Amino acid sequence: MAEFLVKNGFVYDPVLGINGDMVDVAVRNGKMVDASDVGTNATVIDAKGMTVMAAGVDIHAHIAGPKVNVGRNFRPEDKLFNATPGKGVMRMGGGHSVPTVLRTAYTYAKMGYGFALEAAMPPLLARHTHEEMRDTPIIDEGALPVFGNNWFVLEYLKNNEIENTAAYIAWLLRMTKGFGIKNVNPGGTEAWGWGLNCETIHDVVPYFDITPAQIIKGLIEANEYLGLPHCMHMHGNSLGQPGNYGITLETLKLAEGYKPKGDFGRDQVLHNTHLQFHSYGGESYTSKGFASASKEIMNYVNSVDNITFDTGIVTLDETTTMTADGPFEHHLSHMNNLKWVNSDVELETAAGIVPFIYGKNTFIAVAQWAVGVELALMAKDPMRCFITTDAPNAGPLYRYPRVWKWLMSLKARDALLEDAKYGDKVRNACYIGELDKEISLYELAMMTRAGCAKALGLSHMFGSLKPGLEGDVVVYPYNPETADDPELIEQAFGNAHTLIKGGEQIVKDGEIVSNGNKRTFWVNCKTNENAQVQHDISEKFKKYYTVTENNYGVSAHHYTPNPYVIEVDATK
Amino acid sequence: MAIITLNPIQKPSLLLEADNIKPDVFAGKSLDEIKALHVFMGTDQLTLGEFFEVSGDSGATAADTKIVIDGDISRVKYIGMKMTAGEVVVNGSTDMYAGAWMQGGKLTVNGDVDAFSGLAMTGGELIVNGNAGNYLGAAYRGDWRGMRGGVIRVSGNGGSDIGTFMRGGEIIIGGDVDVHVGTHAEGGKIVVKGDAKSRVGGQMVKGEIYVFGDIEVMMPGYQYRKDVDLEVDGVSGRFALYEGDMGERHPKKKGVTIYGQLYMKY
Repeated sequence: MAEFLVKNGFVYDPVLGINGDMVDVAVRNGKMVDASDVGTNATVIDAKGMTVMAAGVDIHAHIAGPKVNVGRNFRPEDKLFNATPGKGVMRMGGGHSVPTVLRTAYTYAKMGYGFALEAAMPPLLARHTHEEMRDTPIIDEGALPVFGNNWFVLEYLKNNEIENTAAYIAWLLRMTKGFGIKNVNPGGTEAWGWGLNCETIHDVVPYFDITPAQIIKGLIEANEYLGLPHCMHMHGNSLGQPGNYGITLETLKLAEGYKPKGDFGRDQVLHNTHLQFHSYGGESYTSKGFASASKEIMNYVNSVDNITFDTGIVTLDETTTMTADGPFEHHLSHMNNLKWVNSDVELETAAGIVPFIYGKNTFIAVAQWAVGVELALMAKDPMRCFITTDAPNAGPLYRYPRVWKWLMSLKARDALLEDAKYGDKVRNACYIGELDKEISLYELAMMTRAGCAKALGLSHMFGSLKPGLEGDVVVYPYNPETADDPELIEQAFGNAHTLIKGGEQIVKDGEIVSNGNKRTFWVNCKTNENAQVQHDISEKFKKYYTVTENNYGVSAHHYTPNPYVIEVDATK
Repeated sequence: MAIITLNPIQKPSLLLEADNIKPDVFAGKSLDEIKALHVFMGTDQLTLGEFFEVSGDSGATAADTKIVIDGDISRVKYIGMKMTAGEVVVNGSTDMYAGAWMQGGKLTVNGDVDAFSGLAMTGGELIVNGNAGNYLGAAYRGDWRGMRGGVIRVSGNGGSDIGTFMRGGEIIIGGDVDVHVGTHAEGGKIVVKGDAKSRVGGQMVKGEIYVFGDIEVMMPGYQYRKDVDLEVDGVSGRFALYEGDMGERHPKKKGVTIYGQLYMKY
């Protein structure tokens, strides 16, 4: 395989403690090596005046699977005047917020990413999710099956049967080729089947007689019982509701006393995704009634060490919201009166989809933007705060570089607030006006790769340029010594000069030159025989599922032609 | 106003996509430059000059430029698409998307237009001296932002799905229309001088529809309010005013609920 030597660039690698130093970076046979270990035949990439990092790692995005595809189908206007023809190795792509799989891959490559986690996979529709991931070239991907409203989980956890819950989770991860545990609106999505919701962590789920708090604690315990690479990945109750920060704090405090187990080097037991949507004070969406509660949330997050989060920053675009939080999407559809998809997945979960416009000239959208930005700026430990847009919920994937611009430049934030119709009111209702912090490239590297890789239990593969890790390297055409215009940040980080991944050059001089060799990551967790759980599974399939057990699993080679299996032994 | 004349010299074997035929593109260009403009036929990119004989002069700006197409272009799509100013006259019929996303200027078709003409237009005039196809002045597939301004005037009949998701502007049909008129409308005005079939104003939130002839099957979501004497597009008469669609949400203005209004001429 090829050898690469990236010379003369400003290197940022928080794991190795390299902060903008000019260090040579080398890749051989797809792995990072010492610069002295590559021969004279190595392809030399001159990164003079440019920024070099390990490839990005996205911990939370909705990029493949049934709800993304329904979003594509019911939003043809998302692709209107927005398709690019094929060119060279690139195939045709299109779409803003719900792009084609190919455009998703090219967008990630141009932003310098190497790994992305599909954040919510309905187990019954895992086959579809894997087919889309398979067809998304270049980037490595994994997917989190959703568990927080699954009938098995609700029944086991009602009786606090952690071992059975864990055995079921391990079975489901094998069946769906899943990566870890996603928990969306615990109990609330199941309650939606009754036209209800769980608005606090103490609301009882109808029929199942269990509370969200029990589900959250139970899933943390089951996750640590198994010692999975990633922790329980949390989308809490009452997302998007003014005044919900109290519920969020209660949710986060459920993690107290738990410590991570297993061999994957993560420190957290709970990852709170798109925390922005869960950090609202006040009682309404109006400028008089709304308040940011980012400070209250971050005071707590900064005071503990076993929680990570991603931001879910609003990008002020027209986008498509999609989530397994069915009741929330119903709420949203009645706010903007646009089209709405509502879907149930038998025994397991539900989903809703609504197009949404975060208007720059509305108060609430800019206030939401401020809350997300504040969370990142207030984070004391950049290794536990990850930058996302919950793509496409708070904004389309391709806006990541714009978000980085806002975090890295006070000037850019001030310009936005100046330009926004209710900028002053947002300053009054939020903390954004008090914050003059600008994220450094060193911190950015933690928040977009090193920290994410660690939280996913993949720090032995991604997030750093340390010899032995995957040889995934990106060069951004950004000169930290001379760049003074914030627009350069957005320009440079959305148009990587070079991306090396999987032993080959994917992006060369800003052009995509290879479709790479994408891998699907999944976790094969071995547990002891559990006759009870095996019995329950076959009973549920006989009694309730509309498919048989044989038609359920993601079994054929066809779904994951290039798998990367992480083995976990939970038999001890 | 400078006039450019296009004469069709070859009938395309597939549909021709010619969104370059508009004053905004022709303005300030020489005849050779205009002939070199691209058109698409299937996946092939060809030139305008291969299908049209081009003569005359273009103006310095779109507003100073008039394009006259003499002949049948019933297999050419996107005439005047997104035009902002100037004039286009087609002495013949066109295919789909004539005047789609039009923002200004005037497009006259002395013949028929096919489906999706005047789609999502925001300004200008589209005059059809013939019949129109389906989805006239409607929203693009999936979009909730339909026609927002301008005028569409059809002397003949209209098809189905006229003014879907309409939010402003005016559509006047001289003859009859097929099903679905002003579906999901949130504004604008549609006048049908002939008969309508059914589903007129279905899910309409706001806006006005006038029907001079009969409606074969009335929507159940409309309630009779009163009779009114009006002059509509030069025609005076007594109209029965219905409001609806009662099955849809309706905004309030100064405490008064706003409904879609359907006027039927006696």
